[in-house]
Amino acid sequence: MKTVGFMIVGVGGQGSLLASRLLGQVLLQTGKEVKVSEVHGMSQRGGSVVTYVKYGDAVYSPIIKEGEADYIISFEKLEAARYAHCLKKDGQIVVNSREIDPMPVIIGAAEYPHDVLDQLTEQSLKVDAIDALSLAEEAGTSKAVNIVLMGRLSKYFDLDVEEWMKAIDTVVAEKFREVNKKAFMLGRNYEE
Amino acid sequence: MKKLMLGNEAVARGLYEAGCKLVSAYPGTPSTEITEEAVKYPEIYCEWAPNEKVATEAAFGASLAGGRSACAMKHVGLNVAADPLFTISYTGVNAGMVICVADDPGMHSSQNEQDSRHYAIASKIPMLEPADAREAKEFAKIAFDISEEFDTAVLLRTCTRIAHSQCTVEMEEREEHELKEYVKNPQKYIMAPANAIRKHPVVEERTAKLTAYAETSPLNRIEYAEDKSIGIITSGTCYEYVKEVFGDAVSVLKLGMVNPLPVELIKTFAKNVERLVVIEELDPVIETHVKGLGLTCDGKNLFPIIGEFSQTTIAKALGAPVQDHIPELQLPGRPPVMCAGCPHRGLFYTLSKNKYTVIGDIGCYTLGSAQPLNAVDMVLCMGASVSGVHGFNKVRGAEAEHKTVAVIGDSTFMHSGMTGLANIAYNGSNSTVIIVDNSITGMTGHQNNPTNGKRINGDPATAIDLVALVKAMGIDHVQVVDPYDLKQTEAVIKEEVAYDGPSVVISRRPCALLKTVKHAPALHVDSDKCRKCKMCMKIGCPAISLRDGAPVIDATQCTGCGVCSQLCNFGAITGGNKE
Repeated sequence: MKTVGFMIVGVGGQGSLLASRLLGQVLLQTGKEVKVSEVHGMSQRGGSVVTYVKYGDAVYSPIIKEGEADYIISFEKLEAARYAHCLKKDGQIVVNSREIDPMPVIIGAAEYPHDVLDQLTEQSLKVDAIDALSLAEEAGTSKAVNIVLMGRLSKYFDLDVEEWMKAIDTVVAEKFREVNKKAFMLGRNYEE
Repeated sequence: MKKLMLGNEAVARGLYEAGCKLVSAYPGTPSTEITEEAVKYPEIYCEWAPNEKVATEAAFGASLAGGRSACAMKHVGLNVAADPLFTISYTGVNAGMVICVADDPGMHSSQNEQDSRHYAIASKIPMLEPADAREAKEFAKIAFDISEEFDTAVLLRTCTRIAHSQCTVEMEEREEHELKEYVKNPQKYIMAPANAIRKHPVVEERTAKLTAYAETSPLNRIEYAEDKSIGIITSGTCYEYVKEVFGDAVSVLKLGMVNPLPVELIKTFAKNVERLVVIEELDPVIETHVKGLGLTCDGKNLFPIIGEFSQTTIAKALGAPVQDHIPELQLPGRPPVMCAGCPHRGLFYTLSKNKYTVIGDIGCYTLGSAQPLNAVDMVLCMGASVSGVHGFNKVRGAEAEHKTVAVIGDSTFMHSGMTGLANIAYNGSNSTVIIVDNSITGMTGHQNNPTNGKRINGDPATAIDLVALVKAMGIDHVQVVDPYDLKQTEAVIKEEVAYDGPSVVISRRPCALLKTVKHAPALHVDSDKCRKCKMCMKIGCPAISLRDGAPVIDATQCTGCGVCSQLCNFGAITGGNKE
């Protein structure tokens, strides 16, 4: 099979590391080769963060560049747009519809482009935007935005839901498993 | 058993499997998780040392005592450890010793982009460079064997993309090694001139032997393709990028040992291909070696000397196709910021408000330099704030002394701030040093340090008392403030900056991200009282944003620290602990 590439993007502190570990784990269970590349350090402090996950028969580079990603999973609207040029033309974006103002917007040096997702659909990209924060809160914690979005991603991806549950059991500490499984299913099953 | 492992985790696994007995390190992105993972193996004694020099010397002591040992650091940490490094080259080792160093091309989380391979060359210590996590584990083990066979410490170099990338790694059993006998041997271990003079030729002979090893070692391998029109010499993560672009279609000489470099192997490869191309991130180390052999090659004429590479860098430089994509959108940036509830915010607001010159340091509080606080004037390296403020004040005199401060974190102060403070005390400096004590090493992801009373594994430790320490160094003026209390913080800093003589202010409040820190309820803005004056926006808190010109506090981010409410002249921000 050809290598499939995922980019998990968002704002530092939103839990992209756990999301990438969950995705890495579920892909590992397919028996294919998996590579995950994470961001640590300075950029984790509220900056724009990106994690790459790739799998296939043979994966070499752990990173994804322009036009190479099959999926972008974004925890925030603006961040989906920031990395959209890395998506293949027929790729899929799964995005949290919430806005988090970056510092240039907070201090009034820039304006938040509220229509940014329309700019992406105008480019004929496939965009699935959901209010992941509300679903995470419904599951029991606002911190589960990451897992809600992984649930949403699972809709676009031919893999048994049981495999995802098994992966959650592997990467999530026991006391947080139930809330995360609930968040995952809410994201997966949400209908507008 | 196979496991998806981070490069750093794989290095730790390699240390474990090789029977390593001690790992000492100072945290530094991207090297930190080597030690955090190593400590999970009870067979290895692990510790956070106050700095990389101490870590390297502790590892050397362990090697001397007969136990396999390692230390770990980021590239700039090797600058701090350079002193022992250069002489360990002369002494050699007793049991195997591995020095893990992680470079940061692209400066994801670093103050410079130095290339550690120069240290290997300068100190004449062999250096291995894996291309992914699987090799990282394997090379860590081989490094110990080389160390013992050739009587030298071995550098294991990774970079951010290897340290922080995961791939599947096969786990093997630990091989226990009995402690080697320790025999007193002054000629080998006392590097006074008479002995060192005898050791230098040994070092040169060793390099010759290591070069011979590099010719045939499986660490360096040629992968010939049918097409020999181009031959690529590369190492580390660049090898993965080459394979991503060309697969098995080009001939490659992959170097796993980057110091010393082979001679005959490269000449043979050059003879069998039409055109040589050297692909390496950062400096032209391999390229210079190849050209020194009288060979013609492409290298930095095609590839940048700056920044991190990718498959795209290689495809573009060598004319391979790249993927079609939509244009990059022009969007507001999202630089890193101090977190909501960060105790540094109140301090930097105070320094910014009073227009102080701030000689900064390395840590989360480097972000005090960011908009809108814009409070920092200089950041150089670990500890440079304390030494720097002294020099600044000595030259500019009274005019500067009463409006200049140094700001340094608790962990950074223990790392290399103390010697600067000794200079301030000894040389009678009218300087004020602010130690921002958040009870943790923050930026690297919460590591314990000598001031917070916990060891790497959470065990209780002696907590070095900063106030007592500073006083013992001869600084009589020491005050502690709570940076959440803006009035107190401002009053005390003004008093100490005005004082003629050395002074220290400890700005003390634990990091808001610590699990042990209980957050107050979120604050909210009372829209009836709010006059939209935007005073609360001046602190650059990511939890406060404007909606239709009025501030709104995001309850999911707000920690109830109350700094913004102290700035509101109309009592419009309420909640937190005050309710």
